Amino acid sequence: MTVTAELTQEQLLRGYRTMRTIREFEERLHIEIANAQIPGFVHLYAGEEAVAAGVCASLADTDWVSSTHRGHGHAIAKGCDVKGMMAEIYGRATGLCKGKGGSMHIADFRVGMLGANGIVGGGPPLVCGVGLASKVRGDGTVGVAFLGDGASNQGTFLESLNLSAIWKLPVVFVVENNGYGEATGQAYHQSVADTAKRADGFGLPGITVDGNDFFAVAEAAAEAIARARDGHGPTLLECKTTRFFGHFEGDTQTYRDLSEVTEARASRDCLVSFRARVTRAGLIDAGVLDAMDAEIRQLIDESVVEALAAPFPDASQLTTDVYIKY
Amino acid sequence: MARKLSFLLAINEAMHQEMARDESVIVLGEDIAGGAGGSAGNDEAWGGALGATQGLKTKYPNRVLDTPISESAFIGAAVGAAAAGMRPIAELMFVDFMGVCFDQIYNQAAKFRYMFGGNAVTPVVIRTMYGAGLRAASQHSQTLYPLFAHIPGLKVVIPSNPYDAKGLLIQAIRDNDPIVFFEHKALYELEGEVPEESYTIPFGEANIVREGSDVTIVAVGRMVQQSLIAAETLAAEGISVEIVDPRTISPLDEDTIYESVENTGRLVIVDEAHPRCSFASDVGALVAQNAFHALTAPIRMVTAPHSPVPFSPSLEDLFVPSPEKIAAAVRGVMNAKAGARR
Amino acid sequence: MSGEGAAAGPDAPAGLAKLVMPKWGLSMSEGRFIGWLVEEGTDVGLGDGLAEVETDKIDGVVEATSAGTLLRRLAQPGETIPVGAPIGVIGPGDADPAVVAAWAAELQASFIPGEDGDSGPKTETLTADGRRLRFLRVGGGDGTAAQTVVLLHGFGGDLGNWLFNQEPLSSSSRQVIALDLPGHGESSKELVTGDLDELAGAVGAFLDALGIAQAHLVGHSLGGAVAIRLALTRPGLIASLALIAPAGLGAEIDGEYIDGFVAAESRRDLKPLLERLFADPEIVTRRLVDDVLRMKRIDGVTEALTAIGAATFPAGRQAHVLTADLAAAAVPVLVVWGTADQIVPPAHAGAAPVRARVEVLEGAGHSPHMERASDVNRLLDAFLGTV
Repeated sequence: MTVTAELTQEQLLRGYRTMRTIREFEERLHIEIANAQIPGFVHLYAGEEAVAAGVCASLADTDWVSSTHRGHGHAIAKGCDVKGMMAEIYGRATGLCKGKGGSMHIADFRVGMLGANGIVGGGPPLVCGVGLASKVRGDGTVGVAFLGDGASNQGTFLESLNLSAIWKLPVVFVVENNGYGEATGQAYHQSVADTAKRADGFGLPGITVDGNDFFAVAEAAAEAIARARDGHGPTLLECKTTRFFGHFEGDTQTYRDLSEVTEARASRDCLVSFRARVTRAGLIDAGVLDAMDAEIRQLIDESVVEALAAPFPDASQLTTDVYIKY
Repeated sequence: MARKLSFLLAINEAMHQEMARDESVIVLGEDIAGGAGGSAGNDEAWGGALGATQGLKTKYPNRVLDTPISESAFIGAAVGAAAAGMRPIAELMFVDFMGVCFDQIYNQAAKFRYMFGGNAVTPVVIRTMYGAGLRAASQHSQTLYPLFAHIPGLKVVIPSNPYDAKGLLIQAIRDNDPIVFFEHKALYELEGEVPEESYTIPFGEANIVREGSDVTIVAVGRMVQQSLIAAETLAAEGISVEIVDPRTISPLDEDTIYESVENTGRLVIVDEAHPRCSFASDVGALVAQNAFHALTAPIRMVTAPHSPVPFSPSLEDLFVPSPEKIAAAVRGVMNAKAGARR
Repeated sequence: MSGEGAAAGPDAPAGLAKLVMPKWGLSMSEGRFIGWLVEEGTDVGLGDGLAEVETDKIDGVVEATSAGTLLRRLAQPGETIPVGAPIGVIGPGDADPAVVAAWAAELQASFIPGEDGDSGPKTETLTADGRRLRFLRVGGGDGTAAQTVVLLHGFGGDLGNWLFNQEPLSSSSRQVIALDLPGHGESSKELVTGDLDELAGAVGAFLDALGIAQAHLVGHSLGGAVAIRLALTRPGLIASLALIAPAGLGAEIDGEYIDGFVAAESRRDLKPLLERLFADPEIVTRRLVDDVLRMKRIDGVTEALTAIGAATFPAGRQAHVLTADLAAAAVPVLVVWGTADQIVPPAHAGAAPVRARVEVLEGAGHSPHMERASDVNRLLDAFLGTV
């Protein structure tokens, strides 16, 4: 239990809070989408919470993350305002991006959230830039690119591995390998079983961990982030995990045996294993976690109520925040 | 006599001066210094494919970065660095290479400010070479600015002379929006008066390059120079041509174009790009919509044909709008009448 | 407006002199010949206006560079003619027409244009009191000229404003220096306060740096007020003051012009303002507007003009009425004012000291040295000849 020993009580509580908030947020969205209250495409992060929470446990507000189309978890873990996020997903004027971004483009530069990204593989080059800025300024900040196993086949990712390696950029690439690029299994879309192996060809460390285990992710990420911060260059961290929902809300998931999900929920739920571990070790009292659960449920309830009550953006907003009207 | 400088050195001087003024300005691109890792041990062997970045690496070794031939990664890195507070100038050696990095430009850089509700700026400049005339064939000669001008959020700058090149580039570096800065490779040796001090030229402010009363020519980049030659020929024939150079096609100074057409009643648009969905067709449509009352003749476009850029000199010379073709189009509108068949 | 050509040509037969396309300002390389103002055979005096020429910058009148009869008009209306090229022949009225014709033909055949306007004097810079100042020096022969005249432009101007005056006023015994005031042209843009004392101090330091013990100042508008202030603060250094539509003789000024000029960023904003400088708005060509815009775009100019405007012309008024200073400065004074001045009221000429010579130009605007150059040059030349 060296890991648990290294994580402070505060980090543990924050990790749990992050994971629980993501889970509640996503489970609630799943219901609200079924109620047809939410416009557009939504990709839920439930099941993968340990990755975002474990990685962000070692990041400060001044560090940056780039995210994916499945970005709610990263946004919450990086400290985006939950109510602002919910309102954004509902397309309201009170959203984090004034309702102009939506689920796939939630960003808040103030807390180092460089944006969810609708383009698979869009983030890694951007994070190289964050790392470059850090290196030129010498300010010790770190950039983390979250991407999926699907994105790990994109040229942008492979180019970014090379660029970050030759420039020794303070960045970490976190591949959330949930076994599917949209509807296509990793066994088909990728020539290696462990995406992390791809790091070998670019001369940087590649590590594979259990992405459902908060402690495993947090430990590996802490080391990779420290390595980056200390000027030793990038790391590729692969976290094997499971997507509890489909690629998008509305996905009938005919490409997978749903026992995969049932089994993962029963035996590999990061929240369940976290709770068991910290309570068994006597690190956190179950009552504290219960209280936190209730508090988060309340927060998500309020988020939905407030989002629904919020106005849609004014028509004048159509052509603001862009340099030109036409 | 004010100092004269080539178009290439005007661009070089703009970068030197802005790097000296602002530490957040960084420059990255392929072989912008050249030579790193080579057996000669010379880390500034080239100073850019055509020398536009010469001297920068020696002066600012930590802020000038040669990149691998990896456009997605380094253009994206420039965008990311801009989001993180730097002012990167990325050199996309030929605009023809946009195909291997366009996502980072049009889906990322262009959209951050709007998509993130105005809470982000992306002050990145992408300098790129365009245009035919160097026998560089189909994949190194294209005029692709219409593709960028189509994207909201990008500013598209096309200087036609050394003075504009320096002032517009400094403006671009200081601007908080992503900018694509088009440099015609056949203009690099063009000389003109360029102040030694730093100065800026605002975007969306057309330059009236030559005043005239019979026909308005709207042209950008190298086509301004071609139009000037045509205007001289036409002046000898008694046809007075006004040349409007918008300098930036996004934003576009529509008012100056309308005012000029209201004075002349005739419009010829000269554009090295292909004719469909182009800068030329856009200006034509705008004038038809907003200054139709002033037209006394049909609008004419002089553009490249709708074909790839050919290699053979005999064909490439036919591809580029020539002063002769421009003059012929002007004579055409002088003789044409609204309502008449073409 | 002198037409002294730089290009050498065949030797002139006795009594004949050529008239050439003049060079106005630093960048003129050619002019478009508009037309003759006098017929062949007319007797002309030195400085008489003979023909109209248009450049891409400004239009002007070609003056006779010798006295005599206009024997041949070589230039035709509509022609574009390089600087220094022959446009006419002046000589004795009884000159042999065959000789005149032969020489004129020879002149035209032998003319070689200069290097794209690169001929003529070049601007220089010096550092005085830690400030870079750009200037242009014309005339004065070997540098031991009897007289030094310094031209001080107005608010937002530069040394190029004297393009029609500097060369005509110069001679082997009179060097004429135009400079860019601090915050203007290519001089340093950094100012401490931007007030008159700072500007006058800079001109004084400039003269010291050049080793000039005594100078005659010609100041236009703001430059006039600078000249008055310097004459008072550095008695002995300044020998005389020629003030053209000067600031400093009253409180009124067109504040809208000052503020608008500082704020203008585009041709569209600037052109109507510049038209107020002249009685005839047609003088404001595209190139003139472009040149001013080019100056205004340089880093630091807007800040400098803002500072100078705030210190000298706050809230649409002149902060400094220097009539007492001018009365106290014990030097000869010439005041020239156009009756159609829209920027500074010509009535201010009445505040000039009694000893001053006041010349009023009927119908001229705020910049008579540009739009009525030959008249102003004659007045300045006469004044400088007596001081």
